[in-house]
Amino acid sequence: MKGMKALATVALLSLTAAPPAKAQTPLTEGIQIGLSTDAVSITAGFSGADLTIFGSLENPDPLVARQGRYDVIVVLEGPPKPVVVRRKDRVLGVWINLDSETFENVPVSYSVATTRPLQDITEPNSYKQLSLGASNLYMQPADAGDSPATIEEFTAALRERKAAAGLYSENVGGVQFLSQNLFRATVRLAPNVPVGTHKARAFLFKSGLFIKESSAQLEIRKSGFEQSIFRVAHDYSFLYGVFAISLAMVTGWLGRLVFRKD
Amino acid sequence: MGIYLPIAEISVNVFVLLAMGAAVGFLSGMFGVGGGFLITPLLIFYNIPPAIAVATGANQVIASSVSGVLSHMKRGTLDFKLGGVLLAGGIVGSTAGIYVFGFLRRLGQLDLFISLLYVVLLGTVGGLMLVESISALRATRSGAAPVLKKSGQHNWIHRLPLKMRFRASKLFVSVIPVLGLGAGIGFLSSIMGVGGGFIMVPALIYLLKVPTNVVIGTSLFQIIFTSAYTTLVHATTNQTVDVMLAFLLMAGGVAGAQYGAKAGQRLRGEQLRALLALLVLAVAIRLAIDLFVTPPNLYSLSGLGLN
Repeated sequence: MKGMKALATVALLSLTAAPPAKAQTPLTEGIQIGLSTDAVSITAGFSGADLTIFGSLENPDPLVARQGRYDVIVVLEGPPKPVVVRRKDRVLGVWINLDSETFENVPVSYSVATTRPLQDITEPNSYKQLSLGASNLYMQPADAGDSPATIEEFTAALRERKAAAGLYSENVGGVQFLSQNLFRATVRLAPNVPVGTHKARAFLFKSGLFIKESSAQLEIRKSGFEQSIFRVAHDYSFLYGVFAISLAMVTGWLGRLVFRKD
Repeated sequence: MGIYLPIAEISVNVFVLLAMGAAVGFLSGMFGVGGGFLITPLLIFYNIPPAIAVATGANQVIASSVSGVLSHMKRGTLDFKLGGVLLAGGIVGSTAGIYVFGFLRRLGQLDLFISLLYVVLLGTVGGLMLVESISALRATRSGAAPVLKKSGQHNWIHRLPLKMRFRASKLFVSVIPVLGLGAGIGFLSSIMGVGGGFIMVPALIYLLKVPTNVVIGTSLFQIIFTSAYTTLVHATTNQTVDVMLAFLLMAGGVAGAQYGAKAGQRLRGEQLRALLALLVLAVAIRLAIDLFVTPPNLYSLSGLGLN
């Protein structure tokens, strides 16, 4: 017991001794990102947009920076939601939804911006460890009892469908260094970008090694008239229904008055 | 010009929707049907989620029906009593339909069920109407006098109990088939987003032998209330009514309907029915093709629960 305690004290001592030692070797790099706003509003005309995220490297090694060996990957990840993936099969000539697989906590959207193609930045294994990139996101099946082959098939389909809907996207070259320290990332917001709290994350790599991560939150919400309609439809659904009916009746009556032909 | 639909949560083109509404309104005015059976499939072809297309279709049907009923009220071709009994059945059918709708949606089979119902119903009704109207066209061309309703002619429907007199329709018939017809139409209205005029009109003419001139006004009258009820229930249980979408369709629709009604007056009854039959069949065939053709994507995503 006594020996253990002594060891622990030594470990503590070495920790407190670390800062002076650090001052002699080059400072470790860090990364920071900043959003100009913590909320983005979607209005009626929203047909997708590019979101620009600025960030900076802390203590970059000028030599490494000149050689372009710093890489940055920025991810904008939508709120996690459960998703049902269904597969159509032919039954008596008709295509119907037969098999399905439910996944928990699937990010509704996942936009990636990188300095270079993903495969040039680092090894596939480090992406897996970081769970970075749409193809490395772990999709957790609700029913783990299904065969791995089935789960794999539906996971692939889920990624493919998300990419086809523009919700999972990759913008190679979307991160550009403006100076040695400053970079700008452009991530794509799909026209059907989900509302909710999105998480922006930036990953710094140096010569293929992961150094640091930084994150920020971004609220995406609907604004204006559409948002009011949406809220009323959900919060006061009965009144909303009555309003929809009245609107239809008045429109029908006015239409008759204005356009009558008999 | 793009517009963001608050409930469907997608951006669409305003002019496409207005044109869609106007075209369907024109046809519905011409044929005296609500046009829901055209609007809902068109919205689905335009990538509006089927659940929203159905609920919004029901909402849009109200506008075109109100517009139509007003002109029929002026002409006195509306049987309020018959419409009321049909409506009582309609409310029951609608309620059942909403529950089936929610159940199928959770099961992931809603889209298939909607398409199947459309294909079967439109195919049957369109086919029957086409056969009937062609034989009527042949008969008039060969110079034979059109076969009128014989007063002594009775089918099994007229032997049912609980008879009731409908003065405006010159009808003395059991309420059972009337309530049943109303319930059936109500059920379809909530699942298919249609008023049900395309079934109601032939059913009233051929099954209950209601005079043709009263049929359209009465059917439109009851459709207003059935689809209003359907809209309300969809709005409260599924939150799938998109007023923005509905309004654009209505605005185009009511304008088109009045022009359509005028165009319809220039055509003869059987010609009109033959054209409507062809239209109905075309929609059915288009939907049937989608059922059998290998879909471009075998996989689809949906959220859990209702959305």
